[in-house]
Amino acid sequence: MAAALVQTPTQPSFNIEAFLAAEESKGLLRLTTAGSVDDGKSTLIGRLLHDAKGAYEDQLKSAIRGGEIDFSLLTDGLRAEREQGITIDVAYRYFATPKRKFILADTPGHEQYTRNMATGASTAELAIILLDAHRGLTTQSRRHAFIATLLGIPNFVIAVNKMDLVGYDQEVFNRIREEYQAFLQRIGAPHSYFLPLSALKGDNVVERGSHMPWFEGPCLLEYLETVDPADRMINAPFRMAVQRVVRPDANFRGYAGQIGSGTIRPGDQVQALPSGRTSKVRRVVTFDGDLEMAHAPMSVTLTLADEIDISRGDMIVSGRPPQSARMIDATMVWFDAHPLDPAHDYLVKHTSQTIPARVDGVRHLINVATLETEAAASLAMNEIGVVRIAASKPLFFDAYKENRVTGSFILIDRKTNHTAGAGMILGSAEGSLEDAADRLVRLVRASVPPGSQLNLPSDDAQAVEVVRALLKGLLQ
Amino acid sequence: MSRLSHLQALEAESIHIIREVASEFQRPVMLYSIGKDSSVMVRLAQKAFFPGPIPFPLLHVDTTYKFKEMIEFRDKFAADLGVKLIVHSNTSALQAGANPFRLGTERCCGLLKTQSLLDALRAGGFDAAFGGARRDEEKSRAKERIFSFRDSLGQWDPKNQRPELWNLFNGRVEPGESIRVFPLSNWTEMDVWQYIHVENIPIVPLYFAKERQVLVRGNSLVMPEQDFVKPQLGDRLETVMCRMRSLGCSPCTGAVRSDADTLPKIIAELVTVRNSERENRVIDHDREGSMELKKREGYF
Repeated sequence: MAAALVQTPTQPSFNIEAFLAAEESKGLLRLTTAGSVDDGKSTLIGRLLHDAKGAYEDQLKSAIRGGEIDFSLLTDGLRAEREQGITIDVAYRYFATPKRKFILADTPGHEQYTRNMATGASTAELAIILLDAHRGLTTQSRRHAFIATLLGIPNFVIAVNKMDLVGYDQEVFNRIREEYQAFLQRIGAPHSYFLPLSALKGDNVVERGSHMPWFEGPCLLEYLETVDPADRMINAPFRMAVQRVVRPDANFRGYAGQIGSGTIRPGDQVQALPSGRTSKVRRVVTFDGDLEMAHAPMSVTLTLADEIDISRGDMIVSGRPPQSARMIDATMVWFDAHPLDPAHDYLVKHTSQTIPARVDGVRHLINVATLETEAAASLAMNEIGVVRIAASKPLFFDAYKENRVTGSFILIDRKTNHTAGAGMILGSAEGSLEDAADRLVRLVRASVPPGSQLNLPSDDAQAVEVVRALLKGLLQ
Repeated sequence: MSRLSHLQALEAESIHIIREVASEFQRPVMLYSIGKDSSVMVRLAQKAFFPGPIPFPLLHVDTTYKFKEMIEFRDKFAADLGVKLIVHSNTSALQAGANPFRLGTERCCGLLKTQSLLDALRAGGFDAAFGGARRDEEKSRAKERIFSFRDSLGQWDPKNQRPELWNLFNGRVEPGESIRVFPLSNWTEMDVWQYIHVENIPIVPLYFAKERQVLVRGNSLVMPEQDFVKPQLGDRLETVMCRMRSLGCSPCTGAVRSDADTLPKIIAELVTVRNSERENRVIDHDREGSMELKKREGYF
């Protein structure tokens, strides 16, 4: 049973050394939660923390209202939130069981806080998406699944909460599951575990309870303890962005970085980008001694067999090389109060390099309520769209869906230094016919004097289609 | 291939953060409070730049009300490490007689910690300051970024924080502004103790239980080691087996009854203990949301 959370050191058979060895080798699972204001998310997390003994008694005491523990008060940390009774920012929570440690990014589900959800989702290996059984599927729940899918979270738990309000009715659960499943498939969501529960009453959270004998799957905590977070990053090609050159004296020159993906061993052939020069790994250096093998996400220092010029912002790779382009297409979540502006100067921070960039147009906006694409010239705060980024020099990247480390970037506003948006790279935008047509349409539109007529459809997508066909004809 | 243990994963993340700061900022500094979290943070900094030295100084904001054992430990620690240690005190406030009994803890902390820290950061021209705070310590800390922006007055605006995604940190600041960096954000108290155990990291002996002379004041155990700690009506001077769960200023940090005199025993105690570690710190309980208020003003 998952509720027997800790061995008690006072038990006569308790062996502290064995306990420590087990504790210290435990794995870590990073997860995030998403739910609407009334889905009972804070209650669920409060219960998880409380029942997993993550909430200590003195913190509990300050959460007592009217003689009962208000679980939501355990998680709503800022004064403004307690005053308004809502959660306005990402809060990180920590709890552990004998099997695993957990880092939970608790993100609010309000419409205006898409950015918080994206933040919490960016490092998560699992998402708990809450639904209210009483209300069924809502626009919000669709949006939550969409953002979690977009950010590449590899496991979903769909927690159908408030089952107590619908009499623990299996039919209600099945109906919601069927409807949601169809939607999840449409958006390409990962494996999803559907779970009926009541956070308020505690059914299927840490213990199964007796109200839903018809449900046979593991309860929430049991599932979190056993789900295999399938680490794709270890098996991907080797990528390490150089953070710093370590050079204590003339005899040592090492490249320090956190391995983004893949594995590395002394003797491995590697390539340095952007120079393209190749060499072999001589040593994998750490404070605790040289390693025979290192893998993502370890932080190490590599020395190479040859003297090649490598500095911060460069990338050491092996296996299939990453793509390289100055123009890229990316799905972008916009954070800043100032809308995305193609005339504005930005910096793109990608791996360990920060370089000037412009946004070379918005290809389309994604309406997160309908998931339809819409034409747009800009993105406002909390909007999501596909944009083209023109960086001042080539980026070395993989598509985000293949590599969350080399496929992600943030845009920084050069005037305000705000983190304006977060991007997930779709691919290179150079050299394709599509791209040429797109640029031609914009060039033509920009060069037509006001008042004169242009023999092109006014809709951008249609115009690009026309020009693409023209170009194709010319090339044949 | 095996995944990393939670300690290895946390270590890798922290080293990445520390290296980013050393590479992106002109003048970083690492706040060193002498406590267990600082000891872990300094070890991570050693690992980040090995075989090179730590490329920034340590800064201790000394209220002069710290335990004697802490100061002895600090000086030996810095000397053994061969790292530059800056010690800063708000001497003008101290000369004016600042102490928690006269001013109350809120004003005393404001002058001797917050003001002193801001002065030290300004004097050193530091644009980034590492702190050992963890998100599991207190509710307002749970929402703080790893790279936490401070305006030119050193203030934190919790409602206007930079979004932080993946491991891409935005450390851009204008002159006068700065970033507080928390490489231990994702560590818990248990993680810190386990890491100290695994890594054999030296810590101040006050963390270990032994028989100490204390004033028993209600549920608190007050160490009368300095003469400004005056017995109050009802206090009893007793010899008690006790230790510190967290280290602060001696007038404001109580000991707890414990017989944990080794690291494994401390960890075993943690497993069963039902109160969070800051409970014996008076300053968090001054009023509702008091840590958030202090942080807004520039406290770590």
